[in-house]
This record gives sequence, C-alpha cells and structure tokens, in this order.
Amino acid sequence: MDGMETALTSREAIAVRHLSKRFGGAGGGVTALSDIDFAIGEGELVVVVGPSGCGKSTLLRILAGLLPQSGGEALLHGTPITGPRRDIGVVFQSPVLFPWRNVLGNAMLPVDVQRLGREKLRARAFDLLKLVGLDGFEHRYPWELSGGMQQRVALVRALIHDPALLLMDEPFGALDAMTREAMNVELQRIWMERRKTILFITHSIGEAVYLADRVLVMTPRPGRILDSLKIDLPRPRGLEVMNTEAFGAYVRRIRVSLNATGGLD
Amino acid sequence: MRARDFLLRLVFIAALLSVWEALVRALDVPAYLLPTPSAIGMALVRGVTSGLYEEHIGITITETLLGFAVGTFGGLLLGTAVALSRRFDYFMYPIIVMFQAMPKVALAPLIIVWFGLGITSKVVNSGLVCFFPLMINTIVGLRSAEEDRVSLMRSLAASPLQIFWMLRVPNALPYIFAGLEIAMIFSLIGAIVGEFVGAEAGLGMLIQSMNFTMDVAGQFSVLLILSVIGLILNGVVSVIRRRALFWDPSSRQGASRVRLPAAQQQDAL
Ligand SMILES: Nc1ncnc2c1ncn2[C@@H]1O[C@H](COP(=O)(O)OP(=O)(O)OP(=O)(O)O)[C@@H](O)[C@H]1O
Ligand SMILES: [Mg+2]
Repeated sequence: MDGMETALTSREAIAVRHLSKRFGGAGGGVTALSDIDFAIGEGELVVVVGPSGCGKSTLLRILAGLLPQSGGEALLHGTPITGPRRDIGVVFQSPVLFPWRNVLGNAMLPVDVQRLGREKLRARAFDLLKLVGLDGFEHRYPWELSGGMQQRVALVRALIHDPALLLMDEPFGALDAMTREAMNVELQRIWMERRKTILFITHSIGEAVYLADRVLVMTPRPGRILDSLKIDLPRPRGLEVMNTEAFGAYVRRIRVSLNATGGLD
Repeated sequence: MRARDFLLRLVFIAALLSVWEALVRALDVPAYLLPTPSAIGMALVRGVTSGLYEEHIGITITETLLGFAVGTFGGLLLGTAVALSRRFDYFMYPIIVMFQAMPKVALAPLIIVWFGLGITSKVVNSGLVCFFPLMINTIVGLRSAEEDRVSLMRSLAASPLQIFWMLRVPNALPYIFAGLEIAMIFSLIGAIVGEFVGAEAGLGMLIQSMNFTMDVAGQFSVLLILSVIGLILNGVVSVIRRRALFWDPSSRQGASRVRLPAAQQQDAL
C-alpha cells in the first residue's frame, strides 16, 4: 500500500468508503468488491485499471445506481447513491443504440426519458455531434455507422443532459487501436472543454496513463484498490506523449503493481 | 439480368403447364380425376363472368379479416399480460402449453355447434387459429429486450412504463409482425376449414359442393382464387411490416423469403 496518495480535493464528487459487494447466496458466493476506498474530486478524470473479472464493472454499476452494494457506502456530492440518478451519464462497453432511432434520436434518449424538451436541447445535440465529428450524420441510423461512430453517438448521449458525472466502462474496448487512440484524444478534448468529473474504466494501462489525472489500480479476488497514482503529464497530451520516458515510467510502475498480484490477462 | 430472370421464370411456368396439359391429354386422364390447365382456366372464366364467385369470395374474406382482427387483438392483449405479469404467466402457462400443442382446427365441429352455420362460427374459428402465433410472439418479443438496453434505460432513471413503451414495445415489433404474417395465412385456413365443416356460403363451402358434383376443374379454379387471396393478404401485411420495421435487419436484406421465427414453428394450427 506504500505510495498510496489520497488526493482529497476540497470538493468531492464521489466518495466511496469501505464499499463491498458479494454476489450469490450462502456457500457458492463471489466477493466481487472488498473494502474499496477512494474519492474523486470535482472535475477530476480518474481511470480505474485492472485485469478482467476484478470487479470494475460491478463498481461502476454500483456508482450508476444499477446495483445495490453489500456493505459500505458510495456518496455522490455527499448524498448516498440509492438508485439511478438523472445527473449521471453512463457509457457502456458496447454503444447500446436503439436501431429504431436515428443518430439524433439516440442522442436525445435521455432528453425524452427525463422530459427535458427536445426543442430546447436540439441546438446542444447538434453542437455535441459536431464536437465528436458526426455533423451531417444526425438523421442516419445506427446500422449505417461504423463501430467508432456508434460509440461517439453513445458519448454524445451520455453528455446531452449535461450530467455532472460521467461513468465510462471500457467505452473504447471494442475498437481497433487507431480508432481507440483517436477517441482518447477526443475524450481528453471534450473533458478539457467541459470539465466533467469522469470515472473511466479500462484494462489497457497505456489508455489509463494517457487519459488520467489519477489511476486507480485494482486487483482481483476479492476486488481491491491496490494503488492510486497521480499522473503528472502536461495537458493537452498529444499521442507523442506515449513515447516519453515519463509515460513509460508510469506504465512500468502500474504493471509492477499488477504483476505483484497475478498480472493482467 | 432481372428482366431476363423474370422471363425465364414465366417460360418455366408455361413449360410446366404445357407438360401437364400434354400428359393429361396423351394419357386420357378422366376430367373428374385431373382436369387440364385449359379446362381449369375455362372454369375460372365461366365462374367469374357468371358472378358465381363474387358472393363467396366476399364472405370468405370477411370471415378471414374479422377473425384476424379479433384473434390478433386478443393475442396481443393476452401476450402482453403474460409478458408483464409473472403471476399471470404462472397460472396461464399450463393452459397455453396445452392449447399450443392442440390442433385448433379440430375444434371446428364444436364451434359450428356452438355458433351455428352463419359467419360467426367461421370468425371464431379463424380468430382462434391466429390467436396463438400472435400471443406467443408478443410474449417472446416483449421479453427479449437486451439486458444492456434495459440497464441503459434504468441508468437514465426511466420508469417501468417508459422502459415498456420506449424499449420493450419497439423491440417486440419484429416478433409481432412475424406473428401477424403467419396469423394472416392461419386465419384464412381457419375460415376455410370452418366452411368445410358447415356453412351456407363461402369458398370452402363452394369447394365442397363442387366436390359432390365432381366439378374438379371448378375446384381447381377456386383453389387458384384462394391462393391469390392468400398472396394478397400476406403481401399487404408484408408491405406494412417493411415500412414499420425499416430498421430491422430482416426487412433490409430481403435475403430469405421463407422465414419462420422459432416461436411460431411449434405452434399447431
Ligand atoms: N450478476 C452477477 N452475479 C454473480 N456474479 C457476478 C455478477 N456480476 C459479476 N459477477 C462476478 O463478479 C466479479 C467481477 O465482475 P465484473 O464484471 O465487475 O468484472 P470486470 O472487472 O468488469 O471484468 P471485465 O474487465 O472482464 O469486464 C466476477 O468474478 C464475476 O463473476
Ligand atoms: Mg467489465
């Protein structure tokens, strides 16, 4: 646990204390999360990295209010998370678009669900689609888009209702390496422009170091936060930053942490 | 290319009919066993010009459409109830399984006894036959919403009613339309079988009376009319489906023409 830096800023967007999650009943249960402690400051971009099955998605689903925890507490702006909330945007590993809605309609889903008024948010939707390079595609349907474009629609959908917090579960995991890097650059740009609090999950160490203000390293069985590492690389970071010595040092440091407990898949 | 294929198709059908005609003439097959295509054509022209078919066509189509409307509406309603309520599902399940395996047309004699020789018994019979494919497909469709999509809706703090209307219903439409296409054909069959068992008018009744007078060419001409009616009814549903489900892969790639979703195959008429 040495080197653990608890970067407690003045205002905490998320505070997680002694959080645990157990699946299944007596006997054959699985402890997915055990005694998780961390905090995310307002406007901070925190990346959780860890091997497959260590409980990353479980943690995100608890924070999204989709799953109740077994113990401990998770606070959003000081209030316990008891169910889904309107001020959170979630991006899943797959785009999860509705084929019967076009790009604009999919981006507007939160607006429809939360009855915010399509007319009022129309301009904002067009702005966001432009921001991710989808202008001109508003009236296309999901099946007419590439995987990367679909994931960008999902990103716009998560941003449309202007949530204070963005939860992203391996959003670019299914993309090829080049598209993925381009999406990372884009996400950084959006974050610098809009300053959302972001919790980003990945099992790519490079992606974690490139994006993060701070990286949380998770280990499996039971899922724990092993290390918290502040990434002091100047922004905006270009892709060249990946070739620098400092970047390599962070990557090595995380890899060592992970290897100490069984390594990445 | 397409025009040539179409022409080849016509030539193929013409060839088939010619072989039929030639064989029947050469082998001297009696007309009460198998008439020639030309005799069937003449019977058709005679029937149409004398106005014999009009009334019967009208009655059979009326029975079919009314049965379809009643049966599919009922199937949609009950299917939705079963899909939404675990409790309802629990109590209905054994009944559904029993009725699903039972050939519904076997009920026709009973239904004639209960509802008489008029149009009502045929509507009931046809409605009963097309009720099940629709109910089953509605249940399967409403329950098949992907877990990820449900999670997405929930993460937006959507109410159960919103999840139903914005996700489950559109998600079920491909299943429901597949059910409607089958139900359309089933309801025509239901009406005809009902007419066989007992009716005062209708194409099924006409076939039976022609059978008594050994007017085989006439029977073939009615069969031809029935398949045209079936094609038109099915075509109408197909067109509506393709318009409503422009987003569904099955409407976009017209790859396979004969499609039976798994949910319908286990359903007995
Ligand atoms: N609904 C569930 N019921 C039972 N066990 C579950 C359930 N969801 C997750 N688990 C278990 O919890 C553990 C953590 O799962 P989780 O999906 O959070 O992992 P992950 O870190 O997101 O993995 P990946 O990187 O492969 O997505 C796994 O051992 C899994 O088997
Ligand atoms: Mg996961």
